[in-house]
Parts: sequence; C-alpha cells; structure tokens
Amino acid sequence: MARIELEQVAHSYHPQPKGPEDFAITELNHVWEDGGAYALLGPSGCGKTTLLNLISGLIVPTRGTIRFDGRDVTEMTTEERNIAQVFQFPVIYDTMTVFDNLAFPLRNRRVPAPEVERRVREIAEMLELTDSLGRKARRLTADAKQKISLGRALVRSDVAAILFDEPLTVIDPHLKWLLRSKLKQLHREFDFTMVYVTHDQTEALTFADRVVVMYEGEVVQIGTPEELFERPAHTFVGYFIGSPGMNIAAAGVEGDKALLAGHEIPLGRAYPGLDGAAKIEIGVRPEFVRIAGDGEGMPVTIERVEDIGRLKIVRFALGDGRFSLVTGEGTEIPAVGARVRFDPAQVHVYADGHRVEGRAL
Amino acid sequence: MEKTLNNKAWFLVLPVLLLVAFNALIPLMTVVNYSVQETFGGGLYFFEGAKWFQQILASERFHLALGRQFAFTFTILLIEIPLGVAIALTMPRKGPWVSVCLVLMALPLLIPWHVVGAIWNIFALPEIGLLGRGLNALGFDYNYTRQIGSAWFTLVLMDVWHWTSLVVLLAYAGLMSIPDAYYQAARIDGASRWAVFRHIQLPKMKRVLTIAVLLRFMDSFIIYTEPFVLTGGGPGNSTTLLSIDLVKMALGQFDLGPAAAMSIIYFLIVLAISWVFYTLMMRNEERG
Repeated sequence: MARIELEQVAHSYHPQPKGPEDFAITELNHVWEDGGAYALLGPSGCGKTTLLNLISGLIVPTRGTIRFDGRDVTEMTTEERNIAQVFQFPVIYDTMTVFDNLAFPLRNRRVPAPEVERRVREIAEMLELTDSLGRKARRLTADAKQKISLGRALVRSDVAAILFDEPLTVIDPHLKWLLRSKLKQLHREFDFTMVYVTHDQTEALTFADRVVVMYEGEVVQIGTPEELFERPAHTFVGYFIGSPGMNIAAAGVEGDKALLAGHEIPLGRAYPGLDGAAKIEIGVRPEFVRIAGDGEGMPVTIERVEDIGRLKIVRFALGDGRFSLVTGEGTEIPAVGARVRFDPAQVHVYADGHRVEGRAL
Repeated sequence: MEKTLNNKAWFLVLPVLLLVAFNALIPLMTVVNYSVQETFGGGLYFFEGAKWFQQILASERFHLALGRQFAFTFTILLIEIPLGVAIALTMPRKGPWVSVCLVLMALPLLIPWHVVGAIWNIFALPEIGLLGRGLNALGFDYNYTRQIGSAWFTLVLMDVWHWTSLVVLLAYAGLMSIPDAYYQAARIDGASRWAVFRHIQLPKMKRVLTIAVLLRFMDSFIIYTEPFVLTGGGPGNSTTLLSIDLVKMALGQFDLGPAAAMSIIYFLIVLAISWVFYTLMMRNEERG
C-alpha cells in the first residue's frame, strides 16, 4: 500500500518527441492517496493505459518523477515497485493449473509454501474458483480466465497498488456486476490503493471514490462522482459524463449574464475578465433545463421526444444549436410555442474548454 | 427436408481424382506390383509373395542404412530444433532489423538442394575449400572424402546450415503471435527469464514446433540430393542413408523387386512415426 505521486510526468512513444502532439501524456501532476479507489475514465486513446503502465513501471516516462511514499521509483522495474496489474484480456499460464496460476506471483517471490497455499485458497474462495483449482487453466471460459488474472493481482497482500486496465471488458454483464462489487468489497476490507481504468462511466462511478477524467493526454478533472456531475471542470467532462451529456454552446458572457442566440440568460455568478479567452462557452446539464411557462425562459423548437421509461429526453433547437433536456414522464410537452428555462445556478461558463469559477453575486 | 440427389457433383471431383491417380496412386501401385514379383526381363513376371519383404527386413545392409538414417535424423533434430528456437528468441521483435533477419534466415532455404550439396562439397574440400583448408590449417586432420567422422560432421553441418532457418522462421512466427500483455503480466508477476520461456513462450510455440519437428523429421528421413552430391554415400558406405541405398539398389543393381519392397517399408516407417508423433502431440494438446 502506498501513496503514489506523479510529478510533471510526461510520456512519448517517439524516441525524439518534437512537439506536444508526439506526447501520449502531456504533463501530469497528481497524487493517488494511499488506500484510495480511483477510476481513470476517458475515451479510447486518451492515454489511460499509458498512465497505468507508467505507474506500474512497464514503461519509463520521457520526463518527470514518480514517487511511492516519497521514494523515487521512476527508474525502477515493475518487480521492484511491487505493483499488481490486471489487463484487458485474460492472461493465463496455459500449461499450469488454476492453483499454480494463482500461486505463480507468490512463488516467484519465494513466499513459503504454507503461506502460498493459504493465500491461494483464500483468493480462490473469494472469486469462486475453488472448484477448479486443480484444473488446467487453458480449458476454462474467458470469464474464469479473467477471474484468474484478477486473482493473480489480488493474491499478493503487500502490493503498493493494484491497477486494473479495463478488466471486465470480456466478462458478461451479470458477472460484471458481481465482480465489481467484489472488488469494492475487497477494497474496503484490505484498503488497497486501486486504480481502475475504464471508458464506461457507470463502471467508473460505481467503483471509485474519486474519478480521474482524462482527455487527450491530460487529466481534466479529478473529483467525486457528484462533483463531475454538478461542476464539470472541462467541457469534455460535461459531455462525457452523464447521459445525455451536458449542453454546451458558444455564447457571449458579460458580468452575470450570458447571451445565447439573442436571448439573455441569467447566471448564478459573475464572470468579469473573460476577454483573454479565445472561446467562451456555456454549459448546462439536461437535468437542469426545464420546460417553462408562458412569458418566462426562451422560445425553442422541439425536435424530438425520447421516452426512456421514468424519464423523457427532449431534444430541441435554440438558434443554431441543438440541446436536450431531461424531464419526468408526466411533464406536458407543448408541440409548438415551447419555452425552456436554464437553472441559473447550474449554468457553467467555460473559457477555452476549462470551467471559470466566477465570483459570487 | 428431403435432400435432392445429384450425382453430377462427381464430375467436378474427377480432375482431382485423375491428378491424384496419376501422380500418386498409379506409381504407388506399380511399386506394390514390383514388390511382390520377380522379373527376368522380357515381360516375364513371377509372383513371389512376401519374399522380398522378408529378405529386406532380414538384410544387414538395410539394418545398417536404417541405423544411419535414424542417427542422422535424430542428430539434426537435436541440433536444429533447440538452435532454431534459440535464434528465434534472439531475433528482434520490431524495427528495421526484422526484415533483414528474416531475409538472411530465408536465404539458405531458397538455394536448390543439389547446389547446397555442391557448395558444401567444394567448401569442405581439404585442398581448396575454405572450411577444409581452414580446419586443416588449425591443426585438425580433416578430410571428408576419406574419414567417416569428417564425412558425418560435414553432412550434419550442411543440413543444420540448410534447414535450421525453417525452424527459426516457424518458431519466430510462434513468438510473434504472443500478445505483449503476456510479457507485461509476467513482469508484474515477477517471473524470471527462464519462467517466461518455460510458461509463456514454449507453450505458445508448441504447435509450430510440432510442425517444425514433423517437417524436419520427414524431410531429413527422406533426404537424398545433398548427401548424394556431397559424399555420394561414402567413404565406403558410411553415409549411405536409406534413400541413397534405395537408389543404389533400384538403379545401380536393378533389383526392382527388393527395391520396391524397401520403398514400401521405408514409406511405412515415415508414415508411422509421423502419425504417432502427431497424434501424441495433439492428444496432449486436448488433454492439456
């Protein structure tokens, strides 16, 4: 168990990186607290796996320092760092039995046999692999194989951290839930530092205390699931988290008012000094947009209503932009002459993609 | 559902059937025919039953040739398989050197067999060949045309030079098919270099190595051209492998009956060993 610090870590797969476009990780300063459960969330190709491999030592960063509990481990091998990692696709040792597979990391570290036996049985019990301990690993299903991979990571009790690289991709949905809650339970029990890479927001939000959102080689926000939802620090977070994602539109902002398609929208805070930014946008989650009565809000054109059970998603046009709002199933939606209203406290202002804090009124 | 019977499909198989008949079945049946008859020329044939088979199986000449054949095949297998795997392991996995290595490896395989024999024949000549003169200059008494040991050494060396590449290429293909995640997982699990080889690389190469062993077994067991050009079976009969002996008997002495019987026995040995080996490997695979 360890506190992991990344200091100005950047990585490029090019031997001689020229510009920032050559970097898979642009620059990272981040601390993973001891015993934290983190989810690393982001679209494919945003550098999640690279970041994971940097922490585990499978690759050495082009620049920067990595510390475990204050100790510089940047140049250390994976083995010296004592990291466990689970990969996207099951990796098993074909010729070995399930038991030997699980015991492999322990035996390589010369753990005494009785201890190996005890740990393997314990982990097998937890992952419901006890019945197949004596079988050859290669004969098992993909699910069971991935459970072995998970088991091999969990079997070492002294690891600095356990890293998961989209480990449940190959697992069927029912078992996915089961394993995810198992992992959570394990985390509570043993207080491992866990980093869990995924591009599935539900998975990230259910697994982690803190979610780290990555976009194009950068961490754009770190926060609890609520923070990501209520105060997305970057337009990408707004768009990526939530379904449907945040409404984002270019707008003019002056003081505590925004100007969108000729309509004035009141804001919850004041935003002086935005002149330096190249691009000003406002964002509001569909959950905080509502159908307004006559005389308030802005007139919009309703384009489509999607009924998703308890809720309705209403797609509408305002100026050149397309927006959506989420409302309860009982809401009456006028076919013509509809008006909508944004909740002022929930409208965020973004300068060049990043959220501007603003000043309280 | 009722299936419609349409025997016209047989016409489509006919060309293949004819091809197989002319290049395999008919020659094979001719050999079978010779193996049970005696002829004194002039179209006169007498049925002899299993006489030639008994004669061949009891003959010391056949036993010696078979022994030499096994000695040769197992020697080259013992050298070429581990050597091929070792070379494949040291080859780069990516980068510009990959293609350079592959081309270099493929070169010996592209040379016509009798040319290989001729190259080594000259290369190893004690008076003018680089290898022969070099060894003698180093103080070794080396003359493959006169010494049995030297002849075998040259023969084995030639085969290793000619065919190890095949094992290398197959093993390399096997290695390349291992996803990076396996190596990464092994590093995470703290596996030693030997453990990586033993538990990841070797199991993943098992199929291609099975094929490599099979191909090398069959090819080396029926090898003819290169040793014929290199030593012609000599000195004496010391490098007379089965196929050379067979040709001597059939074309040198014109003993068609015994030669035909020997071909059939020869063929059955190759077939039986290959089959047993392959079945064992595959059964292992399924059980594993």
